[in-house]
Amino acid sequence: MKTSVIVFPGSNCDQDVIRAVSQTTGYRVEKTWHGESSLPDSTDLVVLPGGFAYGDYLRCGAMAAASPIMKAVKRHAERGGLVMGICNGFQVLAETRLLPGALLQNDCLHFLCRSVKLRVERNDCAFTSHYTCGEVITIPIAHNEGRYTIDTEGLARLEGQGQVLLRYCDVQGNWNSASNPNGAMNNIAGIINERGNVLGLMPHPERYSDMLLGGDHGRRFWTSIQSWLEGGRQ
Amino acid sequence: MHYSQAGLRESEYLSLKETLGREPNDLELQIMGVMWSEHCSYKSTRHLLKKLPTKGRRVLMGPGENAGVIDGGNGIGVAFKVESHNHPSAVAPYQGAATGVGGIIRDVLALGARPVASLDGLFFGSPESSVHDGIVGGVGGYGNCIGVPTIGGKTCYDACYEGNPLVNAMNIGIVDVNQIVSSCTAKAGQSVVILGSRTGRDGIAGAAFASVELKEDSKESRPSIQIGDPFVEKLLVEACLEMRDAGLFVSMQDMGAAGILSSSSEVAAKSGVAMTIDFDKVPLRVSDMEPWEIALSESQERMLLIVEDKNLPAIMAIAQKWGLEALEIGRTEEGDFYRILWKGQIVADIPASTIGSDCPIIPWAEEKPDLEARWNCPVELSAPDTAGEVLLRLLESSALQSRESIYERYDSSVQTNTIVGPGSPVSVFRIEGTDRFVAAVMDADPWSCDLDPDRGTSQLVARSCRALSVAGAEPAGLTNCLNFPSPEKPKQYWVLSRCIEALGEACAALDCPVVSGNVSLYNERSTTAIMPTPVIGTVGVFSDARNLLKSGSWKAGDLVFLVGWHEPTLSASVYQRTFGEIHGGRPLAFMPERERAFNHCALATARSTLAHSGRSLAGGGLAVALAKEALHSTLGVEVDLRCVTSSNDSATQLFGEGALAALYAVPAEQVDLFCHLWKEIPHCCIGTVGGTNLTIEGALSLSLDSLYRAFCKS
Repeated sequence: MKTSVIVFPGSNCDQDVIRAVSQTTGYRVEKTWHGESSLPDSTDLVVLPGGFAYGDYLRCGAMAAASPIMKAVKRHAERGGLVMGICNGFQVLAETRLLPGALLQNDCLHFLCRSVKLRVERNDCAFTSHYTCGEVITIPIAHNEGRYTIDTEGLARLEGQGQVLLRYCDVQGNWNSASNPNGAMNNIAGIINERGNVLGLMPHPERYSDMLLGGDHGRRFWTSIQSWLEGGRQ
Repeated sequence: MHYSQAGLRESEYLSLKETLGREPNDLELQIMGVMWSEHCSYKSTRHLLKKLPTKGRRVLMGPGENAGVIDGGNGIGVAFKVESHNHPSAVAPYQGAATGVGGIIRDVLALGARPVASLDGLFFGSPESSVHDGIVGGVGGYGNCIGVPTIGGKTCYDACYEGNPLVNAMNIGIVDVNQIVSSCTAKAGQSVVILGSRTGRDGIAGAAFASVELKEDSKESRPSIQIGDPFVEKLLVEACLEMRDAGLFVSMQDMGAAGILSSSSEVAAKSGVAMTIDFDKVPLRVSDMEPWEIALSESQERMLLIVEDKNLPAIMAIAQKWGLEALEIGRTEEGDFYRILWKGQIVADIPASTIGSDCPIIPWAEEKPDLEARWNCPVELSAPDTAGEVLLRLLESSALQSRESIYERYDSSVQTNTIVGPGSPVSVFRIEGTDRFVAAVMDADPWSCDLDPDRGTSQLVARSCRALSVAGAEPAGLTNCLNFPSPEKPKQYWVLSRCIEALGEACAALDCPVVSGNVSLYNERSTTAIMPTPVIGTVGVFSDARNLLKSGSWKAGDLVFLVGWHEPTLSASVYQRTFGEIHGGRPLAFMPERERAFNHCALATARSTLAHSGRSLAGGGLAVALAKEALHSTLGVEVDLRCVTSSNDSATQLFGEGALAALYAVPAEQVDLFCHLWKEIPHCCIGTVGGTNLTIEGALSLSLDSLYRAFCKS
């Protein structure tokens, strides 16, 4: 399993992802600087980490979407390679149109850092095979712009094609406005593309990959990906 | 220019003139006016601060550098400091608070340490205060973007802070002891490099602004406010640490108060070298800046590096990689002068040693206020009839209510090392890549300090050391931020000097030296002055995650013990402030021997893993401590206090503060060992964990739901 974490100026969760992935899977993780025009040879998984790429001064993820490395990330995705964008990384994926929709400011109008409950909607894709379908997991969020928004047709398409992978929910797995921390449409916390090889999610699985830090429900993202790759699936 | 226009006093002007052997020119007057301002020179407190204990077993670096460093074990240093940004936050809440966070992060970075955790002390008039949202937003905005978690802090409300808000930002960094960077190591013949943002007209002479009382219409002070860019600072952190790892600079200094002038002259003076800075080489945001503006600009996100010539190309290459500007703006030389060149001319020439020090001390007149009158003045209280109603009112008071709506706006878990974040008495993080941990607590008790500066301050030190000990971390050192009103009023100066003296005595008695700190005076307006507000950030280190004793982690069936000397007082308590018009009476005396004995047993309890949960008593006393333990554990408890001998009335017993005591939840099988360990100190089992009610026999019985609704009411 060869993972490459993209480092934009202003990324601040790159190191956290590297530690979580390498500690969980035992594989070394590489950093790729945003100015590079290609990914390291035979990269399996690309992670766009959280942070404030380029300061996020224009619009979250907008500048990063235009950086040289993103062309290579797009080619990787088009080849069927796995791409995972966490928090700011999800915003970058939306800006590059590798994923549909947009992340707007939270409806509470400020930054929110807390643990949330998530319902895993599918486990038949590369990222979540080690979870059960409908399982409720706990993972932290930490963002100011996480309100997932898309036009009505787009939303219908996402739901119709089962592209919603994670939803904010309560302890029982019910989702409603009370269990929605940021006002995201249909409580959407994470989506995949049609092909199922690109995931964007607002919660930070790397922060709950070690019980010492309060939880380890994020670990199975890494083990799921590892099994998927080792099973030779593309 | 007359010296008084530059903010200099006559004695200071005469001293400067004598040192120079000539009349200072206008630029020299202007720069010395700022360098000898209270904020930069500590001229009102320097002689008092000298009395603080600064050495200890674990101290690697005490005051004098950009931050203090304690020994974290395994060759790792833990660097930390707290600094105020009060005046800027009063005028521009968001930017003032944001640049306070940015400034203290650069202080820690200047030691070559990676900033890994922040704590913040915030003081407002009330939760509805107009600056509240901006200040909280600024603290979060900067910390979240730069990716340094805010893991704890202290928020206090009192009418005296309306118009005089306090923002005390603390940062903790981690550094390999062999890589600690000093600002005293420049040698003659090296290059002076400025790295980071361009110099502009923001924050001009902010240090002087922070050294006087706030004006009623402070809008005209806006040019003194700095504007922060956390994104650039993130790049600065990464670039500086990359340069450090490659051994490319010999000395580093952050640019804070009085910008280029202060940082460069300080390096020169501390290193014992001369320095010439060419202002024509300083990259500017606007081209028409005057030399005094360039010297005193407090534009953010700039660092000063002292570099050997051979390393200049490598420095420039790393700067370029991170998209930062780096330019050589001066050189070090043999001698003791500090010269500024502008348009090819020497426009200022002052001995380097004079600029950062040599400011004449001002021993202000002091007069003891009539504290006895307040100790003896009875406080009329109108509390609800039942203890249950009192507890709910206290939990929903601004003094005690949940701070979640504040701290959920701070990223507390980035860097993935936070073990215990905000909302607990003690915050804990892991030292990256090790099995060692740092525990930190920030605390203040201005009400007690107001009634008795001596007892209030020493109790404050005791309380923070106690909290760390209960959590299992031996206190290793503390940083302090001394927020006070004007020292020019004799009674206020007396209180200031008593607080500093008591701080020193308590730190010495508890072997917790002061490793860094900051003084902020003139926190007053014509209408209100703040109470004496020493804020301390105390840090301890421990080496095994199993030895961390958390709070709020009861398990059903645990036996709840009250240990220590539970002899509290209502003086300055939340109870008194909530149900009385004033605070009065006398806080309890500091008893160092009892404190040491208690801390010894508390540390042993944590290390022996004899308890599931521990919490030392603090605001709201025993009843609030029980309520918080129950709420965080989501478990009830049945308590019987008959075994606690006390001459106090029941309100004092339940809600009094200042007692040297703690609650522990002990599993039944550990009770014998626990009691043996605490045999020299009063202890008794007061209840059993279980159910969904907090019941105190003969006093109150409340459901967890009702406690939760009061505590989390927003």
